[in-house]
Amino acid sequence: MKGYKKYFLNKLLWFVITLVAAVILNFILPRLMPGDPVAGIVARLAQGMSSSTGMKAVYEKYAELFGINKPLLTQFFLYVKNIFQGNFGSSFTQYPRPVLDIIKSSIWWTVCLQFPAIIVGWIIGNTLGAIAAYVKKGFDKVILPISILIGNLPAFGVAVILLVIFAVDLKWFPTSGGYGFDLIPTMSWQFVWSVIVHYQLPFWSIVLVAIGGQAIGMRSMSIYELNADYVKYARFMGIKDRKIVGYVFRNAMLPQVTGLALSIGTMVGGALVAEIIFSYPGLGYMLLQGILGQDYPLISAVTLIITLMVLIANFAIELIYGLIDPRIKAAQAE
Amino acid sequence: MKQTLQQVFHSGKFIVGFVIFMALLLLVIIYPLFIKDAPLAIIAQGSFFPPGTYVNIYDSINTTDIYTLNLQDAAANRISSKLSNDDREAMKEWLIGDGVPADQIDTSDTASLLDLWEKNYDPQKNIPGMIFAQKRYYQRLNDSVQGILSTEGEILAALNPETGTLEQIGTVNQSDYVNIDQVANVRVLPLGTDNFGRDVLTELVKAIEVSLEIGFVAGIVATLIGLTLGLLSGYIGGWVDDMIMFVTNLFTVIPSFVLLVLISFSIGQEQRGAVTIAIVIGLTSWVWTTRAVRSQVISLRNRDHVNLSKIAGHSIFHIILNDILPYIASYVVMALILQISSAILAEASLSILGLGPKTSVVPTLGLMMNWAMIYQAEILGKWWAYFPVIVAIALITFSMNLMNTGLDQVFNPALRD
Repeated sequence: MKGYKKYFLNKLLWFVITLVAAVILNFILPRLMPGDPVAGIVARLAQGMSSSTGMKAVYEKYAELFGINKPLLTQFFLYVKNIFQGNFGSSFTQYPRPVLDIIKSSIWWTVCLQFPAIIVGWIIGNTLGAIAAYVKKGFDKVILPISILIGNLPAFGVAVILLVIFAVDLKWFPTSGGYGFDLIPTMSWQFVWSVIVHYQLPFWSIVLVAIGGQAIGMRSMSIYELNADYVKYARFMGIKDRKIVGYVFRNAMLPQVTGLALSIGTMVGGALVAEIIFSYPGLGYMLLQGILGQDYPLISAVTLIITLMVLIANFAIELIYGLIDPRIKAAQAE
Repeated sequence: MKQTLQQVFHSGKFIVGFVIFMALLLLVIIYPLFIKDAPLAIIAQGSFFPPGTYVNIYDSINTTDIYTLNLQDAAANRISSKLSNDDREAMKEWLIGDGVPADQIDTSDTASLLDLWEKNYDPQKNIPGMIFAQKRYYQRLNDSVQGILSTEGEILAALNPETGTLEQIGTVNQSDYVNIDQVANVRVLPLGTDNFGRDVLTELVKAIEVSLEIGFVAGIVATLIGLTLGLLSGYIGGWVDDMIMFVTNLFTVIPSFVLLVLISFSIGQEQRGAVTIAIVIGLTSWVWTTRAVRSQVISLRNRDHVNLSKIAGHSIFHIILNDILPYIASYVVMALILQISSAILAEASLSILGLGPKTSVVPTLGLMMNWAMIYQAEILGKWWAYFPVIVAIALITFSMNLMNTGLDQVFNPALRD
């Protein structure tokens, strides 16, 4: 157990470091730009506001929230304190609704959409890639070009094409939203059914993109392993083909797990854009709303939450990797 | 060098990718030589004109050469263009609602159908269960079928400036034709117009050009940073390596998409030019190149020829330039190609979020996508506004990935099929 504990602590430390770095970046990037950030925000917010006392009140409110008159370090601690208290300020576009409230209402849509979709896509993609590598011939000739084609379509492109075919032309699924616009979120069958129907297109568009990328990687990984010396040796020994294939794919899987950990950030970015195409009420759509309304507190909070989600996912994958990697297991046995 | 190039051009995948890419590049270079319109000029009044050939009606009427062609199917074509099968079924529905027995209505017999329609249709009449939009539809349908069976021509009239009355100056018969080559103003819009009334094809060609530029600038920035950091980290090692790898690992985990959003938003709409966006994308995407270059350099660092160079007293700069760079050049080129294609995708994603380059200066593929989405082209079925853009992006990334795979197979024999 010692080996895994060491591995775990190492990964935990790394998680904390990246988290701190992410918070610092989230804090510092908007403040690096020339000019007074609060003045910029107020100017955008106060477009069409004629009373100068009103503008001054808004300015002072945000000056206090940001603490811009204090030194940068004090500002940073104020920022961190606000984050820990869940105080992200009030949204400009949905004033006076607190940003925390908006995040709370949208985060579960994103979590329930993206993580199942990415995992399902990863599993299907790896299975197809492995089969393509093992079967070769006909199957490979079909799977590879299709994967390359889908893998090269941008995530929003897949989303738009699915939307046009299945929602606009065939009318099998609704075009936008997370549930019927005429329903109130309750635990009725009608509502649950509506959520399931609205879930399909965003889900499959993310799955398709993930399949395309994973299948290609798994295919070349598996081909590489199938040609390795230990496979030839095992064949000479007369070990059954089925057993060899099991070894080969377990070895080919390991880099794919690391690959998932490294690419999860990119995947989430693409999936956020897919959410926007379907107007799915998750974080991506909130981010778009924030950008359209120049809503700084909302954008800042959404980016921070997305980073946090990606870091946690990454941490979780690293922990699982530690459990399945035989090298770390071997260290445990010592 | 020559032999390497020969080898590269023997790879089928590389050639296919290269040909697609060159075709796009040629399109971008040649198209503006023939069509000199400004790519963002608003030519259409109204949005989303469908693709096709637009013939000026004024010029067609005033043409001096009128040809008479007696074509058998002319009348049938005219009727079917104004009265589709759906319209016929809708008419039948109205007539049944009005109380006409269904067996008397024959939708395939135009003359009898229109006869029944003329006798029974009353725009004021309320059919039970019909919504207002349907009522309006029937009124429009009624207007469009007026005089559809007439065999008379249309009379052309002009205002007499002295008396102020209309006087007949000519007739247009149903069998009159113009030769499209003799009409002064004909405009082909192969991809129609977009939501602002701009020619989509001209815009698209310019957008491909700008997006490729963004890709190249971002790719070169990312590759230069990645190469420098990777060389330093891999060759010098020690605490420099630790420092650089620490930063690299940080930025591998923190999603670059989030950084892009934060930086682009902070820059503000006014300062966001295409080049600025490209540099920002480059600054957030160097990590992969750094990792790749570093691992290559580490494997090269202790080779004999490098050690010999060290003994000979060459400077670090000299060793890197002469003994290391030539060996990793192929990896750097492959990384650059991937960086370019991912930068083009990053720009498109940013633009869909509304954080792309400043609008109204140049189009980019992402901005065109953004405009089409804002004006709901996908819901309205205006495929020409978004589909060519997706195809263009897919072709660019597809060609680049193919070139990359081809190069990979040339330089990495284990991957050859």
